[in-house]
Amino acid sequence: MHELSIATGIVEIVEQHVAVERRPDVRTVTVAVGDYSGVVPEALTFSFEVVAADAGIEEARLEIRRVPVVLRCPGCGHEVEQEPPLPACPGCGGKRLEMVSGSELQVLEVELEDRAEETS
Amino acid sequence: MSVITIERKVLEKNDEIAGRNRKRFLDQGIFVFNLVSSPGAGKTSLLERTAETLKDDLRMAVVAGDVQTDLDAQRVARYGIPAVQIVTRGGCHLDAKLVEDALGQLDLAALDLLVLENVGNLVCPASYDLGEAMKVVLLSTTEGEEKPLKYPAMFRNAAVLVVNKIDLLPHVTCDLELLRKNALSINPDLEVFETSCTSGAGMTEWCAWLKRQTAKQA
Repeated sequence: MHELSIATGIVEIVEQHVAVERRPDVRTVTVAVGDYSGVVPEALTFSFEVVAADAGIEEARLEIRRVPVVLRCPGCGHEVEQEPPLPACPGCGGKRLEMVSGSELQVLEVELEDRAEETS
Repeated sequence: MSVITIERKVLEKNDEIAGRNRKRFLDQGIFVFNLVSSPGAGKTSLLERTAETLKDDLRMAVVAGDVQTDLDAQRVARYGIPAVQIVTRGGCHLDAKLVEDALGQLDLAALDLLVLENVGNLVCPASYDLGEAMKVVLLSTTEGEEKPLKYPAMFRNAAVLVVNKIDLLPHVTCDLELLRKNALSINPDLEVFETSCTSGAGMTEWCAWLKRQTAKQA
């Protein structure tokens, strides 16, 4: 259950990009979470709500973009969307497959509601 | 609505500190591994046996992480090696900052080998780089042969698997060959050792490997 420290990390990054006076306007924080990142999305959402409230971005919703695991064969370049174990490369039978995506844990963007005086 | 693009890794702060730790270890020529397992697999017992076996060959130290108590540091300190306890107070893993802080209590120049004994947990420690040269995952025969399939990220991220408690094989339903096959299906590059901290079986091979690693690093 390390989602609380992951959520704290997410909020710290948001704080570095959004000035204090604009934090109440944050509506969405979008993160990429790989299926092999060891993070449980439901636990992360719950932890984020707790941490966000303390940081003054309580209106923010966490949007999680799942990133599937993709394995690539260094021998023939064949890529397959599957989590290990995979006995062999479906292309050439190679045994060693590299993971090219699936371990991501990244803050992608934040969305802020524009203030009336700024849009008029 | 306006959008601010960020695209930053959540663990970048941890990774940055881990990079600093790694540089210190390289500069000092110390071989450092991150020892991970489920609770009770025998991490501390393995370190006790290792310290005993290598006492005349290597200058070794341990940084031990636990949720509470300094019992593990006390256990390995009995073998005359420097031991620093990190108490995480609920935290389920070590992170690079905790390790960096603990390094202040060690004379790195006087070491050949440093073991970062993580909190017993096969999930969370997989995500946190501490600055180690590699992860060593320990698994005991009482845990069954399916652990690598159930906790694949940890086995994928490790370079070495130590199968411990092999003295119990006659008493447990653990198929060692199947365990090995399962682990290698997740990570074909795993180097596998089999040990018993009770009988001492396999300790010669394990300690010889450690000596080779420290010689490479020096």
